[in-house]
Amino acid sequence: MKIIIKNKSELPIYEQIEQQMKAQILDGTITEEEQLPSIRQLARDLKISVITTTRVYNDLAEEGFIISVAGKGYFVAPRDNELLRERMLFEMEEGFEKAVSNGRNAGLTDEEIISALRQFLEG
Amino acid sequence: MENNILEIQGLCKTYDDFSLQDVSFSLPRGYIMGFVGQNGSGKTTTIRSILNMAQFDSGKISVFGLDSVTDSIAIKERLGVVFDSLYLAEHLNAKQIETQLRPFYKDWDSKEYHSRLKAFNLPEDKKVGDFSKGMKMKFMIAVALSHKPELIILDEPTSGLDPVARDELLDILAEYIEDENRGVLFSTHITADVERIADFVTILHNGKVWYTGTKDDLAADYAVLKGDAKDIPEGVMDKLIGYHNYRNGFEALIRTADLAGLPESLEHEKASIDEILVYIAKEDKHEGHSAHDAV
Repeated sequence: MKIIIKNKSELPIYEQIEQQMKAQILDGTITEEEQLPSIRQLARDLKISVITTTRVYNDLAEEGFIISVAGKGYFVAPRDNELLRERMLFEMEEGFEKAVSNGRNAGLTDEEIISALRQFLEG
Repeated sequence: MENNILEIQGLCKTYDDFSLQDVSFSLPRGYIMGFVGQNGSGKTTTIRSILNMAQFDSGKISVFGLDSVTDSIAIKERLGVVFDSLYLAEHLNAKQIETQLRPFYKDWDSKEYHSRLKAFNLPEDKKVGDFSKGMKMKFMIAVALSHKPELIILDEPTSGLDPVARDELLDILAEYIEDENRGVLFSTHITADVERIADFVTILHNGKVWYTGTKDDLAADYAVLKGDAKDIPEGVMDKLIGYHNYRNGFEALIRTADLAGLPESLEHEKASIDEILVYIAKEDKHEGHSAHDAV
């Protein structure tokens, strides 16, 4: 797991960590069912507040990215997790919304936006 | 076990030219609190009261659930302190100081002491008075950690330290607080240190508590507002803290709750603790100024 905190970022530290952990869970850098550092360990490693790392783990658990196992700590949630899937679909829709609004602002028709997406999917 | 490692209720103390007024805050076990405010805001007086080095007029201070005055000796066994200047005998070396201090602490850990000295690169046979400022700070930390304290109180430990030594201190505190039964009260006016590592923040201003709570709430509750003074809607001016008009626009601190409904021409961004301190101080001058004008 790799976390880079930018002090000058407008994003709060907890959001920076959440984004990076989510990305690494989704792309498999942090593997399925891998044990994560404890809340206090992570705070120590990053030299940040324990309250911040507590919030990160609570948020990620709530969104289904990680699970808390009593007495053992936090683990990356299994991939087939329903919550995580819903979350990913939600984020995809959010991405669409942004893409469509940008496309329309640039003056594209719906057909042009759809064909741009098709091109993107075909790589 | 009591939940708050430190609890201050209604602390009052009046001097000729300064008074602490109803200072109350508490620190739960397992967390670091940054204690900030301008020089002269009352931080050191508060800390001296906690340590029973200064008497106070009214109020109550509990450390580990014990009374700071009647149980002061029992508290000191379990408390580590680091001041901005060395409080130990300057003409002795680290070995001699250990011999002096050991009898006072039943939990003194000689092995820990010597391994800390080594880790901090502090020579044991050099007079501590000849140490550099950074070395003295590290030496006080080595002493403080060697009797296994549950609470560490640091009064301006980073003033006059270079960035490397300050970073080392943060490392030490982050390591120390990994044990969730401990606590750290960290007074400083270099707020960048607090900004990152502290869980809670207490801001003292003119002897009163201006804010106490989590650092995240403080960051969420205040913002810096900037723009053209003519765009400030009616009634909003009273809500601005430390308003200042420059040639190219104004700047002020505002509660984020008061941001709703402001015109888009006014920009806002997150406020650092440093900025908050500056605006609080400006607000004072502003008030003083208008009072003066009225006369």
